[in-house]
Amino acid sequence: MERVAIIGVGQTKYERNKKGETFADLVFEVVTKALDDAGIAIEDIDNVVTVSNDFWDGRTISSMAVTDACGSYGKSVSTVEGDGTFGALYGLMRLLSGSFRSTLVVSHCKGSEGSNHFITNAIFNPIYERIIGLDSISSSALQARRYTEKYGITEEQCALVSVKNHKNALNNPFAQIAMDISAEDVMNSRMLSEPIKLFDSSPISDGACAIILADERMAKRVATSPVWVKGIGHSADAYNLGDRDLAEPAALIRAAQKAYNMAGIKEPYKEIDVAEIYDAFTYQELLWSEGLGFCERGKGGKLIESGETTMGGKLPINPSGGVLSAHPVLVAGLARIAEITIQLREEGNGRQVDGAKTGLAHGINGACGQAHCVWVLEN
Amino acid sequence: MSKQKYPLLTISSEIEQPYNYSLGRYGGRLLKELKHNKKIVGIKCPKCGHVYVPPRQVCGKCFVKMDEFAEISNKGNLESFTVVYFSFLDPETGQKRPVPYGYGRIKLDGADSGFLHFLEESDLKKLKIGMRVEAVFDENRTGNFKDIKYFKITKERNPS
Repeated sequence: MERVAIIGVGQTKYERNKKGETFADLVFEVVTKALDDAGIAIEDIDNVVTVSNDFWDGRTISSMAVTDACGSYGKSVSTVEGDGTFGALYGLMRLLSGSFRSTLVVSHCKGSEGSNHFITNAIFNPIYERIIGLDSISSSALQARRYTEKYGITEEQCALVSVKNHKNALNNPFAQIAMDISAEDVMNSRMLSEPIKLFDSSPISDGACAIILADERMAKRVATSPVWVKGIGHSADAYNLGDRDLAEPAALIRAAQKAYNMAGIKEPYKEIDVAEIYDAFTYQELLWSEGLGFCERGKGGKLIESGETTMGGKLPINPSGGVLSAHPVLVAGLARIAEITIQLREEGNGRQVDGAKTGLAHGINGACGQAHCVWVLEN
Repeated sequence: MSKQKYPLLTISSEIEQPYNYSLGRYGGRLLKELKHNKKIVGIKCPKCGHVYVPPRQVCGKCFVKMDEFAEISNKGNLESFTVVYFSFLDPETGQKRPVPYGYGRIKLDGADSGFLHFLEESDLKKLKIGMRVEAVFDENRTGNFKDIKYFKITKERNPS
């Protein structure tokens, strides 16, 4: 693969009820930040990918409502409806086509303007699962139950993910929910859909994130610390929840293997220094850790117990606080890429993993992680 | 311009969109069988033999067209479940949905895929993975997936 680098990133602070800004305002904020970060002007961007969803925005062809804010006037702009990691994947492909030098990828979501229940209920087939009222929380609860029972993952092991990530969030100025809590606090929090409790769940968030990708020539010309894309992989599983064994992250295993093959990684747990993964619920960090090959199948609980995924461990996972600490849907995967970029530039301040050379960012699309996108980055 | 501070405002509105979703020939057959015969039908892949329920045209794994319908039992094993404790305004009734209520993922006898529906039981202590459950049909069936009211726990023992 031709060498492509991330040369700039920008994030809003993630919050609930950002009433001071429209979603276009959020886009303008992060695009401006990413351009400043890259040390370039909007004129230096020749390709733009926007990431949004019409249900969340309450507007048809919502991607076209941010053309002013993302500076895409007169430029080649196209759109992705899905997680930001997939928007970035598409942006990367556009660059690799050789037609462009630089690509701006920007994603926005205001979760607090709509209803999480109704929007995520609309993921499902209207004739079957939608009509019985399943949504992101209750469908994930079915996955959590299946996974934890099949492999003997305990409630406390899931709670430890919440403890770790919410504590990490204290060091991330962009995080929404940052707190020092105990596993008991998590287990005693309000039950939403058994076994998922309030502190096992990510919050409703508003925010935006932008990244700028550049080809090697441009990256070397403008960037002082480019972060290089070493490997990428993506894969999808069946749409119907009934067609999948929800305890088995088959699509993630395939996506990770592709990314590792491209990056030349044989032992991910040893070779990756820091990972940001899509923990919409606590059990997901454990299940996705298994799919990413950080531990054996069914050993996600043991991995969190070992302490090696906390700051200072062998492989810190979600130093930013992860998706549990801020969950702007569609933005969250792009934020994982932005956070790994910050880590590999050693600009993480309080959340910095010392000497991080190789990092992994992960995003999901669809109910219960139907599709996965894995990025391996290096400084 | 004055230096007056303006409050941050929101405007509320709702979008109601009418749709007429086609059931297709496969979904239509399932709902007709539910309504008239209290039977669940699935479909078998001619290549891998996997039996799917609800029935649909394509086997995703083999990418072949399926046309062999199969009658599926109303009974099966509970593969996963949850009990929901948060409520929301149910658009079908206009009322807040009463909590708690249960969902199950059920492996019906004769099917290979899972089937998602309500559970009668919402007491966590009484639910266990692997237990036998059976579909209970509504008296007044309209050709809707909710012609199955819910799955109830049966006294049968799990044969597997």
